[in-house]
Amino acid sequence: MKKYWELFLIFFKIGAFTFGGGYAMIPLIRNEVVNKKGWLEEDEFMDMLAIAQSMPGPISLNTALFVGNKRLGFKGGLFSGAGIILPSFVVILLIAMVFTQFKENPVVERVFKGIRPAVVALIVAPLLSLGKSAGVRWKNLWIPVVVELAVWQLSISPIYIVLAAILLGVSHFIYLRKGVKK
Amino acid sequence: MELLELYLALFVAFFKIGLFGFGGVYAMLPLIQHEIVETHQWMTISDFTDIVAISQTTPGPIAFNSATYIGYSAVTEMGFASGYGVVGSAICTFAVSIPSLILMTLATAFFFRLKNNPWIQSALSVLKPAIIGLIASAALILITPYNFIDYKSWIIFGAVLVASIKKVDPILLIFLSGLTGFILY
Repeated sequence: MKKYWELFLIFFKIGAFTFGGGYAMIPLIRNEVVNKKGWLEEDEFMDMLAIAQSMPGPISLNTALFVGNKRLGFKGGLFSGAGIILPSFVVILLIAMVFTQFKENPVVERVFKGIRPAVVALIVAPLLSLGKSAGVRWKNLWIPVVVELAVWQLSISPIYIVLAAILLGVSHFIYLRKGVKK
Repeated sequence: MELLELYLALFVAFFKIGLFGFGGVYAMLPLIQHEIVETHQWMTISDFTDIVAISQTTPGPIAFNSATYIGYSAVTEMGFASGYGVVGSAICTFAVSIPSLILMTLATAFFFRLKNNPWIQSALSVLKPAIIGLIASAALILITPYNFIDYKSWIIFGAVLVASIKKVDPILLIFLSGLTGFILY
């Protein structure tokens, strides 16, 4: 039982001290799991990361679930998953309780008038480097452009975009494989 | 009865977000926005922007943060007591995590077969560039008259954009733009 709580505590700590989302957590998880505990080898961690990124869901949760599962099975995954979720759950719940009361407050409203455009800027800023690492080049630039217009202008649900992208990628692969066989 | 229906609708919406939310933090935004703001109208686009701002300054990924927040606010805004809101929070947070829990448990079991699997690689070859499009649309959806009220909004936008590309800490940037808003408006 002690081992399970150790998993919980490690991921609780990581969940409590990383701000701003999933990718910020990765170096911390690697430090704990690879360097300090030696539960995973460096290359094993990198392979795992590639898989965690290609699965749906937040990457920090996926990583926690993988490490917990790998070490102590399904139950281990439950403990590490709960550990990484719990800190943000408590913090956001408290904020929700307070913020829903003070939303109409004129001072809060002024502060958020300044914050809202900043939020959009923070989403735009990493696009270029993310695009490069996602393999966007001139010849496939049409993919993000079409997706963007479909979601923004036509309000098409991103669920259909994800399904269409998977289908297109797989059928292209089948097409190429048939070409090789001939 | 009304409460149970709301709980169920919240559960289904966040389960979908967990299942189809590929590509990390910002790529999930248009999906969350589509379910929460457009389909169910549990909140307005400016409230949604505020949650993104809160997410950027608190621990944890936006998918969890919005689940926890919306679970609470959707229930209390329908007039139910805050205790029911806490339950709503827990339901949404749990729902958004279930797809990950199932898929990652399977992924761990088949780890070595998944590695460099050509089927997964081929699906990702289109999905990855598509995710960039999703992130771009998240930004465009948030450019509304509520979020950009006048030219001052665009000055804040430009300044934060440049500073963020120059790797200035996002929490500091949110704090400074909040201060700017307080002074200017």
